[in-house]
Amino acid sequence: MSVMRYREAVRAAMTEEMERDDRVYLIGEEVGHYQGAYKVTEGMLDKFGEKRVIDTPITESGFTGISIGAAMVGLRPIVEYMTWNFSAVAFDQILNNAAKLRQMSGGQVHVPIVFRAPNGSAKQVGSQHSHSMEHFYAHVPGLKVVAPAFPADAKGLLKTAIRDDDPVLFMESETLYGIKGEVSDDPELMVPFGVANVVREGTDVTIVSWSRMVHVSLEAAAALENEGISAEVIDVRSLRPLDEETIVRSVQKTHRAVVAYEGWPYGGVGAEIVDRIQRLAFDELDAPVLRVTTLDYPMPYNARLEAFVIPQSPRVVTAAKSVLYR
Amino acid sequence: MTTSDASHLALYRQMVLIRRFEEEAARAYSQGKIGGFLHLYIGQEPVAVGAVAALQPDDYVITTYRDHGLALARGMTPRAAMAELFGKVTGCSKGLGGSMHFFDVEHHMLGGYGIVGGHIPIAAGTAFASKYRGEKRVTLCFFGEGAVSIGDFHEGMSLAALWKLPIVFICENNEYSMGTPLSRELSVEDVSTKALGYGMARDRFFADHVLTVQEHVAEAVERARAHSEPTLVEIRTYRFRGHSMSDPGKYRTADELEERKKRDAVLRSQTELSAAGFGAELDAVDKEVEDLVQDAVRFADESPEPGPELLETTTYKGAFAR
Repeated sequence: MSVMRYREAVRAAMTEEMERDDRVYLIGEEVGHYQGAYKVTEGMLDKFGEKRVIDTPITESGFTGISIGAAMVGLRPIVEYMTWNFSAVAFDQILNNAAKLRQMSGGQVHVPIVFRAPNGSAKQVGSQHSHSMEHFYAHVPGLKVVAPAFPADAKGLLKTAIRDDDPVLFMESETLYGIKGEVSDDPELMVPFGVANVVREGTDVTIVSWSRMVHVSLEAAAALENEGISAEVIDVRSLRPLDEETIVRSVQKTHRAVVAYEGWPYGGVGAEIVDRIQRLAFDELDAPVLRVTTLDYPMPYNARLEAFVIPQSPRVVTAAKSVLYR
Repeated sequence: MTTSDASHLALYRQMVLIRRFEEEAARAYSQGKIGGFLHLYIGQEPVAVGAVAALQPDDYVITTYRDHGLALARGMTPRAAMAELFGKVTGCSKGLGGSMHFFDVEHHMLGGYGIVGGHIPIAAGTAFASKYRGEKRVTLCFFGEGAVSIGDFHEGMSLAALWKLPIVFICENNEYSMGTPLSRELSVEDVSTKALGYGMARDRFFADHVLTVQEHVAEAVERARAHSEPTLVEIRTYRFRGHSMSDPGKYRTADELEERKKRDAVLRSQTELSAAGFGAELDAVDKEVEDLVQDAVRFADESPEPGPELLETTTYKGAFAR
């Protein structure tokens, strides 16, 4: 075990997998000579050279398409976007090529590729740089989407992603890059997709979350404890596939649920989770499932307004009390 | 028969196979046996056939949704092609792709793509993989002049030039982007000049003869294979049918079409080979192709449809991510 920051855990996963398999390469803007816009890839150019740590011009659609093509004929690219926001200009490549090639070729080709970047809000970066893109991508059959909240999961899930034979979208967070945690040094330790983690046990209400919002939900659970409410917090870790069994098992115990995440309230992954809870555990529910989301506006720059729009722990607390009718 | 005559006759056979295949596809479409879109390659046969003749068997080819001609030129069987159009499980893509998505990995035909220009970076990527692995394998990427205006053309060309990828970009300029003539799509008439801004080699010629296409494309392929440098090759051609089966072609005159049909490269090869005394061989080709195409239609008709059990396994490998 080592204690490392989230960004170091991401780097460790990439480094180990690139040492293990020379078909794996890293490509993106400023990943090499600049050492990564968020220093995630620091030192990797020195270690692997320009052949495998590839700086690109500002061409998201171009280097996404190139890497999908390379994956189709046997390489295993890791594509870094400076942030997930910029994947929007590569959306056609991900939607129409990465996700579709296996099926439209009748299974003749497949696309073992990882797309990774920080996702969601950062701090006052405005409406174009604050998107929660997991909701767009999790909708698409053919893609897998994961969003780890802790360094250990960042490493273990990224290793699983790199070894997966289908396209995986890996959602990091600028606000999490600096957090520390214990991480296994075992190069074969993988975290499987589709397995949620109960990060805090409780009996009164289930809070389902992922990525940065797991930490916010844990804050909320601590506040609820002070009011005598025992909240269970589930970090789903993987959005597609989604571990509905762990969520349902928790709801069977607490009979109340809140889904807390970044992203707008209309549709999205949170609405999908609510649908599954009501469908699979309808008779267990003592209250409607509530969601705590980013408010339904483009992200404002002003710090107070931004804090108002992003889901914060008091809103999670309020929602939890609401499903408890308190 | 000399080697060059034999080679010409073989290319003629490929062109006739494509033409007869497409004619039968059009007939089947009008009989309701083929659904969705059907974009025919009739008129453009010398482009795919001549270009493929310049390749080694393990080179990659990728194209747009007008993909039947390239697939057949690359060696896909007419059975696999026709069955795909009929949506049958015996089709090249198991009936899941349809007319626009022919794939044949065995022949390194890496697909027909339905989003204009979207496959240009994909093709640069297969060339990137060849270079990454140190192989001497070349990628041929086909698209129409309508793709030249979209962003992925720019990004694919730009990166291929920057990274010196072993690829030949073949712009099949058939003068109409669906119903829009070149003069209303591009600010320049000479598409090949697009290469200048990327510092990329270029070529431009009419596909009046299949051997002309082979000769020109071979030069660009050699540049890619020997020096790992890309080329933009603009091949001027013409489609004799509409953009797709639903296109009445009102944007061009009957006179224009008749004029262009006089430059038909299939007819030209036939005339030359006939004049060289290969009448019997030409007849044999026609008969063989006719049998092949009729057999393909029969095979497609009689083949079973794909079942729903195929859907899960062609969406993800292993457990379905839901």
